[in-house]
Order: sequence, then C-alpha cells, then structure tokens
Amino acid sequence: MPLEILEPTSDPSQREGLWTLNFGPQHPATHTTLRLVLTLDGETVVNAEPDIGFLHSGFEKLGEVLDFNQYVTIVDRMNYISPLANEIAWHHACEKLLGIELTPRCTYLRTILAELMRIHDHLLCVGACILDLGGISAFMYAFNERERIYELCEQASGQRFHTSFTRVGGLLFDVSDQWLANLKDFISTFPAVFKDVNRLVLKNRIFIERCQGVGILSREEAISGGATGPVARASGVTRDLRTDEPYLAYADLDFNVICSRAGDCFSRFQVRMLEIEESLKIIGQALQKLPGGPIFAEGSGKEMLPQKREVYTSIEGLIHHFEAIMPNRQMQPPKESLYAATESPNGELGFYIVSDGTFRAYRARTRPPSLVHFALFPQLIRGCMLSDVVAVLGSLNIIAAELDR
Amino acid sequence: MNSAESQLKYEAALSGLAGARSWSTFRDTLQLVIDEASLVSTMTRLRGAGLNMLMDVTAVDLLEYFDSIDRYRVVYQLLDTELGSRLEVRTHVNDPEPVLPTMTTLWASADWMEREVYDMFGIKFDGHPNPKRLLLPEEFASFPLRKDYPVKGRGERHNFPVVTRSES
Repeated sequence: MPLEILEPTSDPSQREGLWTLNFGPQHPATHTTLRLVLTLDGETVVNAEPDIGFLHSGFEKLGEVLDFNQYVTIVDRMNYISPLANEIAWHHACEKLLGIELTPRCTYLRTILAELMRIHDHLLCVGACILDLGGISAFMYAFNERERIYELCEQASGQRFHTSFTRVGGLLFDVSDQWLANLKDFISTFPAVFKDVNRLVLKNRIFIERCQGVGILSREEAISGGATGPVARASGVTRDLRTDEPYLAYADLDFNVICSRAGDCFSRFQVRMLEIEESLKIIGQALQKLPGGPIFAEGSGKEMLPQKREVYTSIEGLIHHFEAIMPNRQMQPPKESLYAATESPNGELGFYIVSDGTFRAYRARTRPPSLVHFALFPQLIRGCMLSDVVAVLGSLNIIAAELDR
Repeated sequence: MNSAESQLKYEAALSGLAGARSWSTFRDTLQLVIDEASLVSTMTRLRGAGLNMLMDVTAVDLLEYFDSIDRYRVVYQLLDTELGSRLEVRTHVNDPEPVLPTMTTLWASADWMEREVYDMFGIKFDGHPNPKRLLLPEEFASFPLRKDYPVKGRGERHNFPVVTRSES
C-alpha cells in the first residue's frame, strides 16, 4: 500500500511532528542569560517564546532608595556594554528635572564619551555576532580596539568597566591633556583597523549569506513595536534623538543619520558599522571645538559636588562636600514627573523620574531598548531556520542585564 | 513643533469626547491626565492623530506620595515618528481590583510593557493576549515595586523550592 502523503495544513502550529528546543539560558550565543523555547518543524522555527527574568535584580526598586548621584553606579550595570551611555542618559534626565544647564566643556566631554561608547557597543555587537556565525578574525580585530576604549575609560575615570563617571551637573573628574592626546591617537589610528573589520564583516560572503533577507522587520512593524535606534533605522524609520531632539552638543556638530530600507539582519549590522564612522566624525569635531573652563555647572553654589582634590585638601571643600551629600541640604527638585531620553547605542534609553521634592527619585523607571527589541524577536524568527536564531539575536543586540534590570 | 502647538493639535483631536481632561506642561513636555473610563476612546483618537509609537508604559505607586488621592498612576509615553512630538498620558487606578483596558490592539509594543506593569504592580490589563508575569517567576506572590513591599524583599529567594535532578 503506498504511503499517503499528507498536505501540510495552513496553520504551522497545528502541524504534526513538531518538537520543542530549549535555547539557553546558558548558551554561548545568547551571551547573557535568557531563554527561548523554540517550537520547530524539522529545522524551521514555527514559534519562539522568550522566557526572561533570569537577571532581574530590582534596579528600579534600588532607584527609589539611592539618591541621584548614588544610583549612577546601578545604572552602569544595565547595559554594561556601554556603561557611560547609561550614566549620561540617567543624569540627562536628572538634570532636566532639576533644570540644570551644563557647562560647555562638560557638554562636549559627555558628547565625546557617548560617541566612544557607541563605537564600543557597535564593535561588540558586530564582532560577537560574526563570532557566533563562524568568523573569528573580525571579532579579534574589533575587541582589540574595544580594549583601547577601555583604556581611555580607565585613564579618565579610574575604572575600565563600570566607570560611574558622571555626576549631577558635571563629571567626576576633568580629563587631562594626556587623555586628549591619547584620544587623538585613537581616532587617528582607528580608521585603518576599522577598514579591516569592515571588510571582514560587510564583505564577508558567508556573513552576508547568513544575514541577508533573514529576520525582516517592516517599517510598520518597527513603529508599532516601538523599535528605536539602529533596529528602527535599518527598517526605514528615520529617527535619531541626536538630530530630532538635540541634547548635549549634537546641535553644533555635523553628522549623518544612517538609515536603510531592507530591515533584515544584514542592514542592521550595516547601519551599526556606518554609525561607527559617523561617531568618529563627531568625536573629531568635538575634540576640535572642546572648550575650556569648569566641568561643573556655574553659579550653582553649594549644591554641586566639589572636586575630590578640594575635599581632601581643604576645609572649605570638605564642608562643601558635606552640604552636597546630606539629605536635608541637597538640591530640591520640583515635585513633578518627567520622561527624558537619549539616543543610546542600542536605541532610545529613557528614564521616567517621579520626584517628591527630595534629591532621590520617588520612582525611577527605565525604558530599556533591549526589552522592546526582544519583544519583536518571535515575529522576526517565525519561519526562519534554527541557525538563523543566532543571527537575529545578535542583530538585535539583546543585553540581558538591561532586559531584566 | 513646540508643546503649545501640539496641545492645540491634540485638544482638537479629542474634542467632543466625554470625560475630564487636564493638560499641563513641565520642561516642554506635554502631559495629559484622563479618566480611567475614557482611556480607550482617548488613545484611539490620539493614535489617529499621528501618535503612532507607544514608547513606554509604566506605573507609579502613589501610596506615600505627598498629595495623592489615587493609589496607582499608569503612564503612557506616546510619540509621533513623523513630527517628533511627544505626549505623556496619565490615568489612575485604585485597589482592590486595579484593572485597565489593554493597549495591545493599538500598539504591539504594549504587550511586554503591560506584562511588566502587571508583574511589578499587580495592575491587570483587560483583554491582554498573554496576561502572565514577565520578569518574575509565575509562583511569586507579591508585586515588588509597590511601596508597601520592603526593599529587602520578604525572603522569597531563600524559600524557593529546591528541585533535585532525580525529581526533574
């Protein structure tokens, strides 16, 4: 008797012979701790159900007990690939609430640091993803350069990773001339290495074939799903907070917003790689225009933190520090609520602060880009192959610490 | 478009709708407070007026807030991707059964954000396609971002059931 050939039903989830695969929580390609429950038909992904929360550590609850300057150490640990970008976003929201105008030097320094972090984040995203897809060389070149950015962070703040460098109204330290010379050295030598990385990634035939046409996100889906940053720009949403709602020094600097129409994994990597070039342009211009002067907001009297050198060497500095630290003498923000966002490397990183008139948030909500992007994952992967999971995950750049907070 | 112009635009879009509305501006951010009952109709009109992206959904427990009458404030951050104007919409819900209609029919991004609000505050969203906890385990009994929940926790971590290899 001949075997009866069954017509596949139209609804893939009703097909017979489906099997379930647990992807993660400990899998080298998730990089961090997250779990996907994949329903597979052979090697085709029929459905993916993300299971998150493994790294939930109550950051937002801690934001209610720590003051605006203390909470920066926690904010650091959200997207630990670009810690300074989180610090800048957090203090951007605090300063907007308190109505503090930054000094020109602080504005430019923060702009430089934010762009360094963008290069840093994009190099990791692209480098780690091509490693997962089987290309080791580009990863090595990219990580070499990331090491140099870590060194710059260490020279500026004393910390490689979790710098905790920003303060309300300023920065922990001013940077030295040596640091500026090192930064100049970095931006003059980086383009040559970047050219190599670029060729190893965007001209790599295997990489192109693994990524092109995979995980397509249409413009409508991107808008409805709340996608921001490189993910949205790769789908044709031409939004970039640096130009649309200029903050820091971005209004004075000349750069392009990189967009693509394709919306697949490859275009997301392309956008990231081209953004690195724009970031270099921004750093170069900001370095040229870098003004002198103080790094803490002027005319703010006792409220701002003094420089550490003054605290340790003079009685005035110590009193000043005491006044800035004691809860009953700190700055008092208006009893209002406010949402403020910056363009972090991953997308719109916003903070919603509810203030009850003390120097501590009554509620400190983070709007993490990773959470919103990971919610898009099931619809991107449906119908793709099992091996595409790695490419799509990598192109969204999910950082689980930021996802779970 | 500044906040005064966008207020005029959205006021016009909402004209004729029932329910009390109050507008305010703080540091050039436009804020709108509405009734819980008029949430769906207001949001549908605002979606039609060009606010096509739901940036954020979050809640605030106002238990210890200085002048609050209501218990929870739910906040929606809306954005117009073409014009770049933003609007913050607030509404209030109360114990014992804090429930709001879901926004997943208007914006897909509401899905996980509303799950997170449920997870942290216990506010339910009526009509949500997948009303489960997002970050915490399903057997977790309390809602940690409420103000009556201690920062130290209530010993949940120490009392997690141990699953041995032979039982799994």
